[in-house]
Amino acid sequence: MVSNLTQKERYLAIYISAALTMIGLTIGIAGREDILGIHGALIAVIGLALIFIIGNSYYEPQPDSSNFKKYFDDTTKAGIIFSMSWLVFAAFIGDWVAWLLVFPEATFDAGWASFGRLRPVHTTGVIFGFGGNALIATSFHVVQRTTRSRLPDQLSPWVVIIGYNIFCLVAVTGYLMGITSSKEYAEPEWYADLLLLAVWVLYFVLYLRTLARRQEPHIYVANWYFLAFIIVVAILHIINNLAVPISLTHAKSYTIFSGVQDAMTQWWYGHNAVAFFLTSGFLGMLYYYLPKRAGRPIFSYRLSIVSFWGITFMYMWVGSHHLHYTALPQWVQTLGMSFSIMLLVPSWASAGNALMTLNGAWNKVRDDATLRFMMIAAVFYGLSTFEGSFLAIRPVNALSHYTDWTVGHVHAGVLGWVAMIVFGSFYTLVPWLWGKKTMYSTKLIEVHFWLALIGTLIYVFAMWNSGIIQGLMWRAYNEDGALAYSFIESVAAMKPYYYARAIGGFLFLTGGIVCFYNILKTIRSKAREQVKQPDRAPVPTAAAETQRA
Amino acid sequence: MSEKHRKLERSAMGFVFAIILVGSIGGAVEIAPLFTIDETVEEAPDMRQYTPLELAGRNIYIREGCYACHSQMIRTLEDEVERYGHYSLAVESKYDHPMLWGSKRTGPDLARVGGKYSDQWHVTHLNNPRDVVPQSVMPSYSWLKTNDLEYRDINLDLTALSKVGVPYTLEMIDHAVDDLYAQANPDSVKVDGLLERYGEKTTIRYFDGNRSSVTEMDAVVAYLQIIGRLTDVSEISDLSLPRNPGKKE
Repeated sequence: MVSNLTQKERYLAIYISAALTMIGLTIGIAGREDILGIHGALIAVIGLALIFIIGNSYYEPQPDSSNFKKYFDDTTKAGIIFSMSWLVFAAFIGDWVAWLLVFPEATFDAGWASFGRLRPVHTTGVIFGFGGNALIATSFHVVQRTTRSRLPDQLSPWVVIIGYNIFCLVAVTGYLMGITSSKEYAEPEWYADLLLLAVWVLYFVLYLRTLARRQEPHIYVANWYFLAFIIVVAILHIINNLAVPISLTHAKSYTIFSGVQDAMTQWWYGHNAVAFFLTSGFLGMLYYYLPKRAGRPIFSYRLSIVSFWGITFMYMWVGSHHLHYTALPQWVQTLGMSFSIMLLVPSWASAGNALMTLNGAWNKVRDDATLRFMMIAAVFYGLSTFEGSFLAIRPVNALSHYTDWTVGHVHAGVLGWVAMIVFGSFYTLVPWLWGKKTMYSTKLIEVHFWLALIGTLIYVFAMWNSGIIQGLMWRAYNEDGALAYSFIESVAAMKPYYYARAIGGFLFLTGGIVCFYNILKTIRSKAREQVKQPDRAPVPTAAAETQRA
Repeated sequence: MSEKHRKLERSAMGFVFAIILVGSIGGAVEIAPLFTIDETVEEAPDMRQYTPLELAGRNIYIREGCYACHSQMIRTLEDEVERYGHYSLAVESKYDHPMLWGSKRTGPDLARVGGKYSDQWHVTHLNNPRDVVPQSVMPSYSWLKTNDLEYRDINLDLTALSKVGVPYTLEMIDHAVDDLYAQANPDSVKVDGLLERYGEKTTIRYFDGNRSSVTEMDAVVAYLQIIGRLTDVSEISDLSLPRNPGKKE
């Protein structure tokens, strides 16, 4: 992959890797009295490894000039591999902690192996590792096709994808060593946050530079979603992570927010991480790969506009529904609840738009497991946004909050919607990128589909049961007017559901491994058939629609 | 509408600014007033800061991810108040950077756990939860009692917290290391200074039962015993409880 870089890019790449090594060394030496030093050493080692990899191919011949007439897909390929690696790792950790709740003794008497430290490894691994890499990879692919222009250079996409994965690695290893800010879904400490910020700004600039070179006058809808994802995640990340480090040589920092303001800020961030990371970005993916695979134009351009701006505006209000009946002022809770209910309109507009796009292609959905992944993703998107609005209603939330119902809801979204749309997109994309006619095995896609679907259903049903039972037990009174159950009785009652959840998670993990195997086999398969992949936006773009009308 | 939108679609920067504008309104309306509206946080003149030992314990609570399974926020629901105690007030987490309200109760809420159990119970429970609660699914934290607490930099923690608004005085910061040591060593001469700075009610004990060193167990137990007791809520609140939707009449 280094051989595709120009001489100047190779030179700059060495220079950047050397700078990374120096930064790592500086952090390592300055933070040698603290755990921070270990992360410095880790970064320095990665920098050195990069120098070695680039240096190894430094004097290879320059890439052919015809290369620059084709799209640049090396970083998309790398992103797919990173994404699938993170999925297998993080889903394994997820299933591991699920078993810990059944067998709590299995912690080897070590801090790193306890539920509290492993839980953010799982969430960060899935959201940022798996989801983030999939988003970056597909956004690079989609933006080039829908603008019909090449990425402006070959080096900055590499810096984005490698820098991003260094961030993920620093985050996850930090939790194992006990470095955490405790902010849910934003646990990394200040220096990792700064690294992500630098990478993110570069990603944003790269995206804008590509859009600036576009050959299409109109910006296709998938890019609206990717843009919203990049911009809003940056805003959320910066504000939520404002903190004062105890010193520049220590990992620990204290957030500038406290108490009720901190709670509101964290859940403003937390719910919009769901909105703009786990929804907007993946809708961008859906708006390109679904119509491409189905061979159908997007059902409605107007619905796309309504749902895009509805989602971008309303989601930012709903974070307070995580804080019903708490010390947060009631007016904020009421606003959060109201917008959560209204949000169902643009959410179902998106889900409906996706499903209506499949109208006329249902025979393909029946035969093609890849398209079925995308269809099921749209269905789960519709179901979990409905459930989300429902759970945001105060009296419903009184029952569901603090229980496994929330955990089930999140997994309906992430397993059912996010992961399924990624699998569908990857199965579409991998043969295109590596110039194969099809995936290595369509049978394995079918196997993966059923493992993923059954695993998700077992997981979600188990958590609905346990969550509702927990909630009811906590509020049950006996005939004497006293609380009917002690807390530990509610814990004991969860055991069968915790078993079921761990089994459902195992099936899903197995499906993920099958998928990764299938992708690797496709890449390595000999049958190299030249397949022309589409290079245009899938819908009648606005302009085309005007012509038609 | 779609004509205007088609125009917008032709401008990348137009799109960027539109997204920033549309996306900023919700947060601005909901978060900014929380800093300015006085009723958001109650007055509690007797509210004190965490002592250095309690703060160190709180940081271990964060390090181990205890908040992933234990909330510290009792909602205004009757069954919660009966189970855990007075519902939580905003002022009680006024000095909490970050707050640890939590989002999940795999284990019980801890907002009023302070003073509910003895130190010895906590030590036994943290060492192996199933020794006192046979059906517990909590991991054991046996290493807490053998790990010496690292606290020579605790003054840095107090300094950073004072920068973000917690009223630690210069004197508190200067004596942070001594104060931390004193709270876990009742026989120490430094005890008087600690009481002077943090109040006569400050609990000073061999929290882990071990007199020879200050361990992580000392810090965690000191923290657990202060949760919910930084101020006396019954004196602040005269709010009436809403009816519990789950209770039979």
